[in-house]
Amino acid sequence: MAFINLKKKEVQVKIVYYGPGRGGKTTNLEYIYKKLSRRIKTEMVAIKTHGDRTLFFDFFPFEMGKIKGYDIKIQLYTVPGQVKYNATRKLVLRGVDGVVFVGDSAVVRREKTILSLENLKENLATYNKDIFQTPLVLQYNKRDLEEQGIPVLPIETIDQDLNSELKAPFFEASAIVGTGVIPTFKKITAMTIASLEKELK
Amino acid sequence: MAYVLKQTHLEDIEEILENYLPQAGIHCVLLIDMAGNIIAEHEIGKTKHDIPSLAALSAANFGAVNALAKIIGEEEFSVLFNKGERENIHFSKVLDEFLLVCIFDNEVSLGLLRLKIAKAIGKIREILES
Repeated sequence: MAFINLKKKEVQVKIVYYGPGRGGKTTNLEYIYKKLSRRIKTEMVAIKTHGDRTLFFDFFPFEMGKIKGYDIKIQLYTVPGQVKYNATRKLVLRGVDGVVFVGDSAVVRREKTILSLENLKENLATYNKDIFQTPLVLQYNKRDLEEQGIPVLPIETIDQDLNSELKAPFFEASAIVGTGVIPTFKKITAMTIASLEKELK
Repeated sequence: MAYVLKQTHLEDIEEILENYLPQAGIHCVLLIDMAGNIIAEHEIGKTKHDIPSLAALSAANFGAVNALAKIIGEEEFSVLFNKGERENIHFSKVLDEFLLVCIFDNEVSLGLLRLKIAKAIGKIREILES
């Protein structure tokens, strides 16, 4: 839940990158961090396993500038994607204001991606949040795999799998090279801030 | 959804963080919410900590320890204390949604510190409830 500080005229919001394991959530954050590093004052926090997989979360804060006279501070988090880490995944979602769901376009990852979106719905529900009422952007990542001969789902198929009911904005991406990462980030920040607009008088 | 704290409430909270708690030897104190947002902070001395990361990790750590509590049949562990060679961190819950994080060195008397923190929590709770 965003915090509005009337004394400092500041808003703090929390955006979480969610999705299946090895889907590219950390890669998204690393790319954003690299691109915006001049505007980020701190190191990126990453709690990883020895095998370099996210164990708890990655995190960095980012100052977006002013909107309606308020300084907007965005806190970006990823969750661990592996199924077994649901307890920690749920913790990171606490107080979330906006979600990017990073889906894996590879045909072999289709089921894992669908299950992860179901898991997001369930975990939001534990905080009495409805996915339909939460600012959400979908990212269909790893589009570049096709060039390496790895079968990827057509956009229509992955969109039908994930977005037929949600009707959320979506972006094609190859986070490893940065394609689609910044548009996804811009869209979720705009949607999250817009959802708070009533409170920013 | 968002929650708002008024200027007067924040000033009252800052008064506790800036004047009351440093008397117990606390040199860095934050009031955060369980999402990791920073409500108020105060730091004295030369060392400047990475406050946003401290807040994010504190909220996550507290959440993780409370999940552990539930697994062993406890409702919660409302106080956590991490001791280091030079620096220590004390976490205490304020109402259901907030966490007071205090950093202090080994010169500080733990008994006095706990007493001061308990009193500060009472005052902060009153402000937040009003």
